Amino acid sequence: MTRESKRKLGLIVNPISGMGGSVGLKGTDGEKILKKAIELGAKPTSPSRAIEALNEVLPIKNHIELITYPRDMGEAEAQACGFEPKVIGTLEEGETSPEDTRDAARAMLRSEVDLILFVGGDGTARDIQEVIGDKLPVLGVPAGVKIHSGVFAINPRSAGLLAVAYLQDKLSTQESEVMDIDEEAFRHNRVSAKLYGYLRVPYENQMIQGTKTGSAASEKGDIQSIAWEIIDDMEDDYLYVIGPGTTTKAIMRQLGLKYALLGVDAIRQKRLVASDVNEKQLLALVEKNKTKIIVTVIGGQGHIFGRGNQQISSRVIEKVGKDNIVIIATENKIATLRGRPLLVDTDSPEVNKLLKGYSRIVTGYGKYIMYRVA
Amino acid sequence: MLNELGVKSIEELLTIIPKELRFNRPLNLPRPFQSEFELKTHVEKLLSKNRTCKEYLNFLGGGCWQHYVPAVVDEIIRRAEFVTAYAGNTYSDLGKWQTFFEFQSMMGELLDMEAVSLPTFDWASAAGFAVRMASRISGRNELLIPRTISPERLSVIENFCQPKSAVGHITVESVEYDHRTGLLSIEDLKDKISQRTAAVYFENPSYLGFIESQGEAISQVAHKNGAECIVGVDPISLGILEPPANYGADIVCGEIQPLGIHMNYGGGTGGFIATRDEPKYISEYPTQLVSIADTVNGEGFGFGYCTHERTLYAVREKGKDFTGTTVGLWTIAAAVYLTLMGANGIKEIGEEIIQRSHYAAKLLSEIKGVKIAFTPHFFKEFIVIFEEKSKTTREVNKSLLKRGVLGGKDISTEFPELGESSLYCVTEVHTKEDLERLASSLEEAIR
Amino acid sequence: MNRRSELRRYHAHVWDEPIVMQMGQKGERGMMLAEVEDAIKRTVGEAASYIPQNMQRKGQPRLPEMSQPHVLRHYLRLSQETLGMAFNIDIGMGTCTMKYSPQVNEELVRLPGFADLHPYQDEETVQGILEIIYHFARFMSEISGMKEFTFQPGGGAHGIYTNACMIREYHKTNGELDRNEIISTLFSHPADAACPATAGFKIITLYPDPETGLPNIEALKAAVSKHTAGFMVTNPEDTGIFNPSINEFVDIIHEAGGLCSYDQANSNALFGIARAKEAGFDMCHFNIHKAFSSPHGCMGPACGAVGVAEALSEYLPVPIVTYDGSRYHLDYNRPNSIGKVRAFLGNIETVVRAYAWIMSMGSEGLRQVSETAIINTNYLIRKISDVPGVSMAYPKQRIRLDQVRFSLEKLKEDTGVDTDDVARRIVDFGVQEYFTSHHPWVVPEPFLPEPCDTYSKEDIDYWVNIIRRISEEAYKNPEIIRTAPHNQPISKIKVEALNDPSKWALTWRAYLRKHKREN
Repeated sequence: MTRESKRKLGLIVNPISGMGGSVGLKGTDGEKILKKAIELGAKPTSPSRAIEALNEVLPIKNHIELITYPRDMGEAEAQACGFEPKVIGTLEEGETSPEDTRDAARAMLRSEVDLILFVGGDGTARDIQEVIGDKLPVLGVPAGVKIHSGVFAINPRSAGLLAVAYLQDKLSTQESEVMDIDEEAFRHNRVSAKLYGYLRVPYENQMIQGTKTGSAASEKGDIQSIAWEIIDDMEDDYLYVIGPGTTTKAIMRQLGLKYALLGVDAIRQKRLVASDVNEKQLLALVEKNKTKIIVTVIGGQGHIFGRGNQQISSRVIEKVGKDNIVIIATENKIATLRGRPLLVDTDSPEVNKLLKGYSRIVTGYGKYIMYRVA
Repeated sequence: MLNELGVKSIEELLTIIPKELRFNRPLNLPRPFQSEFELKTHVEKLLSKNRTCKEYLNFLGGGCWQHYVPAVVDEIIRRAEFVTAYAGNTYSDLGKWQTFFEFQSMMGELLDMEAVSLPTFDWASAAGFAVRMASRISGRNELLIPRTISPERLSVIENFCQPKSAVGHITVESVEYDHRTGLLSIEDLKDKISQRTAAVYFENPSYLGFIESQGEAISQVAHKNGAECIVGVDPISLGILEPPANYGADIVCGEIQPLGIHMNYGGGTGGFIATRDEPKYISEYPTQLVSIADTVNGEGFGFGYCTHERTLYAVREKGKDFTGTTVGLWTIAAAVYLTLMGANGIKEIGEEIIQRSHYAAKLLSEIKGVKIAFTPHFFKEFIVIFEEKSKTTREVNKSLLKRGVLGGKDISTEFPELGESSLYCVTEVHTKEDLERLASSLEEAIR
Repeated sequence: MNRRSELRRYHAHVWDEPIVMQMGQKGERGMMLAEVEDAIKRTVGEAASYIPQNMQRKGQPRLPEMSQPHVLRHYLRLSQETLGMAFNIDIGMGTCTMKYSPQVNEELVRLPGFADLHPYQDEETVQGILEIIYHFARFMSEISGMKEFTFQPGGGAHGIYTNACMIREYHKTNGELDRNEIISTLFSHPADAACPATAGFKIITLYPDPETGLPNIEALKAAVSKHTAGFMVTNPEDTGIFNPSINEFVDIIHEAGGLCSYDQANSNALFGIARAKEAGFDMCHFNIHKAFSSPHGCMGPACGAVGVAEALSEYLPVPIVTYDGSRYHLDYNRPNSIGKVRAFLGNIETVVRAYAWIMSMGSEGLRQVSETAIINTNYLIRKISDVPGVSMAYPKQRIRLDQVRFSLEKLKEDTGVDTDDVARRIVDFGVQEYFTSHHPWVVPEPFLPEPCDTYSKEDIDYWVNIIRRISEEAYKNPEIIRTAPHNQPISKIKVEALNDPSKWALTWRAYLRKHKREN
């Protein structure tokens, strides 16, 4: 580290994450469910995961300042590991809640930490995202049942190593989706995921040899190239449905149009027709126009439909037709899939089958790949 | 070893190639020479059918020139360490990397520029890549070149500019020249340049030998219209000629063959590209850029490729054009050559070349029926025109050949407006006796 | 203890040589020139009088001023700090085919009969070299099944670019200007994508099936269209896996109206075993500085020999060497040629060496080269299979042809040591670093050795023992690998500078300026 002042690592642990899973529950959000979990004998797993991650950070203990929240929201785990953390904020007695997570995040923001390392699941990620947005880089140690967001490392150990590398200026950040499943729907066996927003997450750019310092510029450049490719190919007599995501919305930005990052927009002849439409509005538009749908990969599991863009329902897809669906993604994003196929998960098995096979994905200007869709 | 693999024969391993793809007869090749002695004798015999530029008096130029190669240069590029190394990193191949950095550094001094890349295949390819760089930087698709450009280089540049149907097509337009001096017509340049022009490219010295003295004016016209100015040079002239960066060039390219590399029947070429050290240029280089780097323990220096993501090795086709194996060994030769010559040597050789080439021109101009074009401002090459037209250049050269002289390149079909003409190259390897012999041979040859 | 199975106490040369720009003394010279004769000086006067005033160089270039022995010493030392293939068991550098370059071939290309030839010499005076080029082209035709060859491209990528230009020209001649897409595969060399992109094509890359490591033919079927211009592929791919359905792939492209170009950079295992022609390819290229023994020369000069089927011969760059029964000629009269891809005829020194090599090998010799390479590769796989932390990518493909991609993913998971760390450590044992992979790294933590035909069983055993030792170190003492190298001329470098405009320096003068140093 070349800076005079030490880097600051903010640690937030959600102590009740993951307790649901061990007793067969789908998450621990909400007091009712948490109570049930504890009754069933669930034990907290976050603390041990936190320690596993922190062990990797120990070697640079003396070069950083570890800032954390009281008791089992970080203080206890940090001390157990051998750190002497700076503890900020206040915590009431009793079980912790999402509001505590949000308070902790606000406290980290005020302390101007260089990186927030949190231990939890999608719910925790959501709480932090609400407060932080893109103001600070955030990295998740997976410790929940719901791990759909793209903001988590593969395991606690990796999280620790990534945090160290980031604090040593070896990595840059990438915007990753914060997803969460609609809990009510999920417990009634209906899957409905929502895209809540984006966090800036440190990542190892597998694209660059040796240096592992992919510049944020190259990812931006790729997204830009993809936007140009789509725009150059646009035909006047088509309606273009632009799905959620930073990769897709780059098209809107390039055209200077207003857009809904987490929603679906429609444009025609490079002008905005409708913004943030729901399924009903979308169907109406698609009935009247020749349409092309532009979607990207959302979430860490590789979904192109069914996570975060349910407005583009099976009925819409059916009307538009397989040939008019354009998938865009950076090769970086594809690399994170590690060879796993892209996924389609609408409420219609027929429509899901429609897209099965090999699809073209736009990865740059004049660049495509053929990739499997399951 | 087959035992260790648990197979009885190679055929078991070859099962992964389907039968229909297998080649089922022995290759029809000549019976091999078993001994090294026989092989060497065979090839020596073949090569002895050639007449070399040591046996004949050679005045050919045009992109590949006969200069003296110092013994130390040959010694260094014969070292097995350098001959057989390839892509090792800065730790195991530190010497190679340092030599490359030293090449870039010395060329930087010669060119008065801070960013120089490792050379590509030859001047022509370097020019082609430079044009594409300019196109990307300016976002435009038109190139202006002088009519006096080397036709071979033009052909290569055109291949880099893509055909009309392609999206990235770069139109190539030629600009007229003054038929008395060879210099570019600034009038015509102003006429043809527009907001579509990505770059103006010219060569100095020109393919036709003369020194283009309007560099300042040309680059001003280019810049006024938002175009890049690209200049191609012969680096052995830069001891005495002003580097293009000082008359407005944004991108400079050129040929390293004169810097201590044997002609090798045209295989001794290498083309460098250089610019200012600004990210807008650095990010567009297709070729490798070696940067120096400090070490973790503070001792010595290491090296590595700068902004490696640009090249195809890191981001596949998103890279800026392509590079690959180019001319590492020749780069080393050029580095050693420049070190041997030093600041004074490079100046002296330029002066000597000019004196000898002008002496030759003077002798030839005294022959009846011979005229020298574009005098007196030329470097090592000049145009000889046969005014009598009783003999074609081809016939003259055949005649010279009988006298053991390789006459200048016949450029009559390349530049018909010059008539029966020929491009002569004179360097530091031509003594006074050689030049006088040329004059008398030529006099006989055109009779 | 068996001396042969021990690892040597290797240490690299450490000369700590300054940068040449820091060396020398004012007034020293390495090279003197002949005095210009008085008669010349008297007749022409000063050189400056022939240079227009504004073109006369004002400053002097600040080149080093060194005496000859110091120059020799400096570069000899730098050569000692370079690990040429001739010095080591260079198995790690996969796809590069680091095989033996017969020493006698160096003597041949240094003969004045070759080195002192000018490319514009009258045909009459270069019959010898034209004969060599002509016969070598005939050898290449036999080896590949292609009709005609050019040796103009200066390297593999350049060869691919030439092929892309010819594909472009072919479709243009047929009026099919709509064909603007080239298909390639992820494990083909990146040049198979970058070069056609430079030639103006859009590129579609087929990603591999995670089980087989090869693209699925369904992916190809989904990729072809009326825009398909051609298919540019390496086979065996960089993983060492041979695509057994390659001819089916070719058929699909032909049906769609495209041409097929074969990147034969990995041809070392195929001599006399499989050819471009039988697989249906229309064109191909070979790296003469790889399988054909021309040495690598610190990254060139090289040659990307390009061969085409009869129907495409008219598009080859000019000139082509022809023979009329008694004399050899340079044929420039080819109206449909794409022109030139570089000046002159190419790096003919590589052609001379490769010609000599084939003349010393013959048909049986070449066959033996490939068989040895295949046996060596599969032997290496067997030997390395019990080294902890190492796994073979796409393990279902058990037989590899000329090279094989491994992964150190397990090693990284268990010990935190990754492939870049191991690459830096391996040189401490006196072997060249290994090649990891081209990008993107679909196989995580990759490395790619290629034993080719030169190395013996003992050599391969030794190399595998080095990997084994490093694996042991990773589990016991990973720090030694993370901080490697330890016995090289320098320690680990600060790589961040290479991407930082305020820190990178391509010339010494830039370095002095940015790092505010005095020389």
